[in-house]
Amino acid sequence: MTPFDEMRLGGQARNPYEDYQGWFDRQDPKRLKQKADDAERVFRRTGITFAVYGDQEAAERLIPFDIVPRIISGKEWRRLVQGIEQRVQALNAFLDDIYHRQEILRAGRIPKEIISNNEAFLPEMIGVRPPGGVYTHITGVDIVRTGENDFFVLEDNARTPSGVSYMLENRETMMQLFPELFQQVKVLPVENYPQLLRESLTSVKPQQCDGKPAIAVLTPGSFNSAYFEHAFLADQMGVELVEGPDLRVVDGHVAMRTTQGYKRIDVLYRRVDDDYLDPLTFRPDSVLGVPGIMDVYRAGKITIANAPGTGISDDKAIYSYMPEIVEFYTGRKAILPNVPTWRCSEPDSLAYVLEHLEELVVKEVHGSGGYGMLVGPAASKKERAAFARKLRARPKNYIAQPTLSLSTCPIMTGKGLAPRHVDLRPFVLVSDRIRIVPGGLTRVALKKGSLVVNSSQGGGTKDTWVLDD
Amino acid sequence: MLLGRSANGLYWMARYIERAENMARLVDTGLRLALTQTSASSDEWASVLTSAGVRDLFEQENDTFDTATVTNFLLRDTANPSSVLSSIDTARMNARMVRTALTRETWESVNEAWMALHRMLKRRVDEPDLPAVLDAVKRETALIRGAFQGTMLRNEIFDFAQMGTMIERADNTARILDVKYYVLLPSAAWVGSSLDNSQWQTILRSVSALRSYRWTHEGDFNPVNIADYLILNRRMPRSLAFCYRGICDSLDYLADEYGDRRACNEMADTKLEKLKTAAVSDIFDEGLHEFLSDFIRDNAALGNQIAADFRFY
Repeated sequence: MTPFDEMRLGGQARNPYEDYQGWFDRQDPKRLKQKADDAERVFRRTGITFAVYGDQEAAERLIPFDIVPRIISGKEWRRLVQGIEQRVQALNAFLDDIYHRQEILRAGRIPKEIISNNEAFLPEMIGVRPPGGVYTHITGVDIVRTGENDFFVLEDNARTPSGVSYMLENRETMMQLFPELFQQVKVLPVENYPQLLRESLTSVKPQQCDGKPAIAVLTPGSFNSAYFEHAFLADQMGVELVEGPDLRVVDGHVAMRTTQGYKRIDVLYRRVDDDYLDPLTFRPDSVLGVPGIMDVYRAGKITIANAPGTGISDDKAIYSYMPEIVEFYTGRKAILPNVPTWRCSEPDSLAYVLEHLEELVVKEVHGSGGYGMLVGPAASKKERAAFARKLRARPKNYIAQPTLSLSTCPIMTGKGLAPRHVDLRPFVLVSDRIRIVPGGLTRVALKKGSLVVNSSQGGGTKDTWVLDD
Repeated sequence: MLLGRSANGLYWMARYIERAENMARLVDTGLRLALTQTSASSDEWASVLTSAGVRDLFEQENDTFDTATVTNFLLRDTANPSSVLSSIDTARMNARMVRTALTRETWESVNEAWMALHRMLKRRVDEPDLPAVLDAVKRETALIRGAFQGTMLRNEIFDFAQMGTMIERADNTARILDVKYYVLLPSAAWVGSSLDNSQWQTILRSVSALRSYRWTHEGDFNPVNIADYLILNRRMPRSLAFCYRGICDSLDYLADEYGDRRACNEMADTKLEKLKTAAVSDIFDEGLHEFLSDFIRDNAALGNQIAADFRFY
């Protein structure tokens, strides 16, 4: 089956791409190639890089950027927004419930052991209500498309989703490279994301904080793979970028060491994992966090975004229950469907999965970044057999999904345009209300036929346009 | 408001940029001496290594002071923390840590310098390529300084970087003078000796002051004037007096902004006062070498006091 081509249908440009195609046909291919090289230079010069762990040779690499935009019509986007809003509302309601009355477990809609045996569930959060009742201040919802009207949520990222700086820099780069294009095609702006993030974080400041809260971004440091993004967001929001050793608890508040002494912090946008947040509560060997911050948090004197313990909501084992979760908390069917998922913990499903390995994608429940997964159709017989052994040994660790025929969008290659598979990660801000900038990060598999879009596995990115139509 | 860690990052970013540039200038001077061969070039290279404060380190690994070995050690040896390559690495690492405190122009100039110098210093530099490489180092650091001076708001961020630059520069000028102090001593001053004339010019050249000295002292090369020029001249941008004027200005601005004066303010003021009121004859009377070694020690102590007073750690 040919995958859905987002740009063309029957030799013609699809509706959202009409204006772009018109512009593209008038361009000199040599000039476009030149522009693509320019883009790479811009990224290197500005230091927009990411680190790949375990890759000594290239401590800092670029995420390849493709100059062909991914275009979504206003109508398509409005429908996506409804589905995304419903989903993040459900995620937050689920988190509040699971750390308080656990109604969903009592109602038997999801099995108890999936929570109690889950490392992502933090007993320290039981009975704690974060300021404003918000858990996932920033969520990245990964969406894939398989047809004109077929969108699915592939996964939720409710811990410390990354990539938003690429969304912003991609747009900036496109506007520098092709200013005339933005006059011909009306694209909704994304550049106000940092302001929205700041507003959003401000509105969930701790109750006892009067006036403007002091906000800081907590980074694990300049050797972290996403350091560029942490610095970028702090800069764009006009807030401090802090590291664990800059912080300590002073008089019952979290405070940062400045050239004029310790200054209080009210809202901490942390890009450090739960495990490392507080050596007194979690991993004692962590130097990335702040000793005692959890006590300050439980006393309601600091907002931590995202709240500790949100990982339980984006766990792959929980994912398969998202349709039930959305329905339970919103009273309606999910607008955006899940990808059908087999839980290998269930014997019938396991049997099915083992029998159909060559057509399925099997994922580790706690894995991320595209590691530890099997793409059945792309794997060799030997690889499938090896994976089947792992599956049989620990079925609980895996879920399986059909190999979706992900939509494609063309990329610029040496030989002109060529279709490649894409996904989409819109960034959702939750606080007093839900804010979503139009678009998100489009990740693209640069290898022909590949379905893996992760940047650590050779994926690239594209500017994502939502049309003002 | 500025994090103590950021103040530390800015200070050391600036110090290492200054150091990379000074290192290139030292190599340039050494190379010139080796070419003109007015003295044994190995002695000159040894004194260049002493000025750079890395002679012991060099001698641990090498036993000859030939041009190729010394220049590569000073330019690109990563085991030498003050080599141009190490310096630009450290400068860039600090800049990356404080990049939200820098203008885009400043950050990009540091990042581009780092990329360009890595490209150039990836392989051993052969002697014929040295002039081009040294020019590139000076050009890249000048571009950083231009971006920094031209775009940075004059606030605490600027002041911490400025203090880093001036403390490093004062240290460098004082070391160069101290290594060569014996040629400046009156007893060695044979008027008109071509050997000394070239030694004196070397000192001036290694702080890029040969031409400006001619303007100021009308080409009259003598040790007293040279010492006066590099230590006390308030308009000469690499003199000790000039550096301390800059340090005190920054510390005064910080004291105004923060509403209090700290121990480092007094230390720097005392030193500046001395540089303002001393006559060069006093310095020779006191002993040039003693004066310079005291200065180097006090300058380092001031750096530590600044770190303590502004909570760098």
